Amino acid sequence: MNKTKSEIISAKYITAETDHMAYQPGMDNIGSDIQDEVIARMNAYDAEQYTAADVQRALHRDVLQPEDFAALLSPAAAPFLEQMAQRAQMETRKHFGNAVQMFTPLYIANYCENYCVYCGFNCHNKIRRARLDMEEIERELEAIAATGLQEILLLTGESRTMSPVEYIGEAVKLARKYFRVIGIEIYPLNVEEYAYLHECGVDYVTVFQETYDADKYKTLHLGGHKRIFPYRLNAQERALMGGMRGVGFAALLGLSDFRKDAFATGLHAYLLQRKYPHAEIAFSCPRLRPIINNDKINPKDVHEPQLLQVVCAYRIFMPFASITISTRERAGFRDNIIGIAATKISAGVDVGIGGHSGEEKGDEQFEISDDRSVDEVFQAICDHGLQPVMADYLYV
Amino acid sequence: MEDKLILGGHEFTSRFILGSGKYSLDLINAAVQNAGAQIITLALRRANEGGMANILDYIPEGVTLLPNTSGARNADEAVRIARLSREVGCGDFVKIEIMRDSKYLLPDNQETIRATEILANEGFVVMPYMYPDLNVARDLVDAGAACVMPLGAPIGTNKGLATREFIQILINEIDLPIIVDAGIGRPSQACEAMEMGAAAVMANTAIATAGDIPAMAEAFKKAIEAGRTAYLSGLGRVRESASASSPLTGFLRD
Repeated sequence: MNKTKSEIISAKYITAETDHMAYQPGMDNIGSDIQDEVIARMNAYDAEQYTAADVQRALHRDVLQPEDFAALLSPAAAPFLEQMAQRAQMETRKHFGNAVQMFTPLYIANYCENYCVYCGFNCHNKIRRARLDMEEIERELEAIAATGLQEILLLTGESRTMSPVEYIGEAVKLARKYFRVIGIEIYPLNVEEYAYLHECGVDYVTVFQETYDADKYKTLHLGGHKRIFPYRLNAQERALMGGMRGVGFAALLGLSDFRKDAFATGLHAYLLQRKYPHAEIAFSCPRLRPIINNDKINPKDVHEPQLLQVVCAYRIFMPFASITISTRERAGFRDNIIGIAATKISAGVDVGIGGHSGEEKGDEQFEISDDRSVDEVFQAICDHGLQPVMADYLYV
Repeated sequence: MEDKLILGGHEFTSRFILGSGKYSLDLINAAVQNAGAQIITLALRRANEGGMANILDYIPEGVTLLPNTSGARNADEAVRIARLSREVGCGDFVKIEIMRDSKYLLPDNQETIRATEILANEGFVVMPYMYPDLNVARDLVDAGAACVMPLGAPIGTNKGLATREFIQILINEIDLPIIVDAGIGRPSQACEAMEMGAAAVMANTAIATAGDIPAMAEAFKKAIEAGRTAYLSGLGRVRESASASSPLTGFLRD
């Protein structure tokens, strides 16, 4: 594994002046067939034109087409939220029974070279930065494994310099000693870097596109690799090309028109699954949260009913997809939505650096709303008549 | 003579193979009891070596474990999962499930034949889940399968015997037990499969999504027994319309 940071242009050369649609030196360009279709259909999506009849037709379809999904995300579907929740619940039970997977995220570094105006980790935000060394990571892994969890999601801030691919690879190898399932949520990589991390033990990759609205994206991502919109959008496909088994998608709802963003997210996953039928698909459903030094950020028009509408629409459109519900949401919302559509829930969450096994040495990415321990979430799942599952994956 | 299901030399009196996924672990015991099941499947990817919510702790003694290879996308992965399953003490039975389609979870017949051959040679009792195709079923027999498990409908759909005609062909032509797997949504459909001559029925989602899981397990048990008895008794023929005893040849004398 020699091809890493040296080949991709340094983040400092990507500024608010850089064309956000142009690949930069060293970034794999795998073509844009899926991106073009997602963007074209998202731009053509007019949520206002759908009627109650469209929504009812969609709800009566056995297998939904993208047009049906569009109807379920429209304002016309709001009065049908209860029916949507019932259909979503039926699909979830059919495909997952009452199993709910548990996991926790582990932040191993929060250095970041991106300037994303809404994010607590952004490089201009004055927070405590930290990176755990392998000994510290192992202590964190031990502490988390002791709670009974068997799935872990490793996260870093987006800095190729401070948390290079090899560093992440070593952390993954350590994590394999303690966990059966390992996901990553890090900066986008080239195909062979994904292949390397898969060899180290990673099975699924999540990349948040944040927003599929490229013009809005440009105004929110003012510097660093993340500014390059197509390199990020095509990360899941590169991950699959690198041998990853599953990929996760998300728009950060509230950044732009949430209906268009949710439509694009679902369509992106749908098109990739058609191109790579074996791919396991996952959705995350985050809304904007306040961050350190900026408590004005809030999910403006995405209230709980809208969030539920989006989650149910994902479930009904892609009944087989895994759906994760964030600790950004309050306990009451999370506990109910796992009974309807979500199949994966985090527990014992600490979004700072080093907080699982000792004193936190780096600040957190955002404020969480559900700080319950693994035992508490486990019990809450059981209390809802559901079955907590620690691992539903076998690394092969 | 007692009516027995024979798989790889092992004898069973129950013809109901119960799935253990998709419902709460503490209901497994009651479901097994009410189902009278002697074989229970489990996804190896969910069988922890220990710790919280370990499914292996909930499966009653004396029941034969049938680990499946769900999660495998090709024969090599299925073989690795099967070997791992034997290593962790799940026995020699293995149900091969190979899917490279995450949407409908339809089995990959070619890869299933390949995995069956490898594992049968290693002494496993191989039970392959497949799309009902007569040529593939014959290849599975040659590869050393212990039975053939055609799908009734896409897994989890509860749509019943959507592939009825093709399953009937397998029942007619294949000497191994034909076990209908996947898609069976109601006891009546399980009963119908048994009437057709299926050797057993495997069900999971239909029971797991029922309001009262142990009661539904019992309903399936009864339906499967009824269907089996009907098959063994020889069903009367079905006619489109009522018929006189010899409408065309009644004129004949002596």
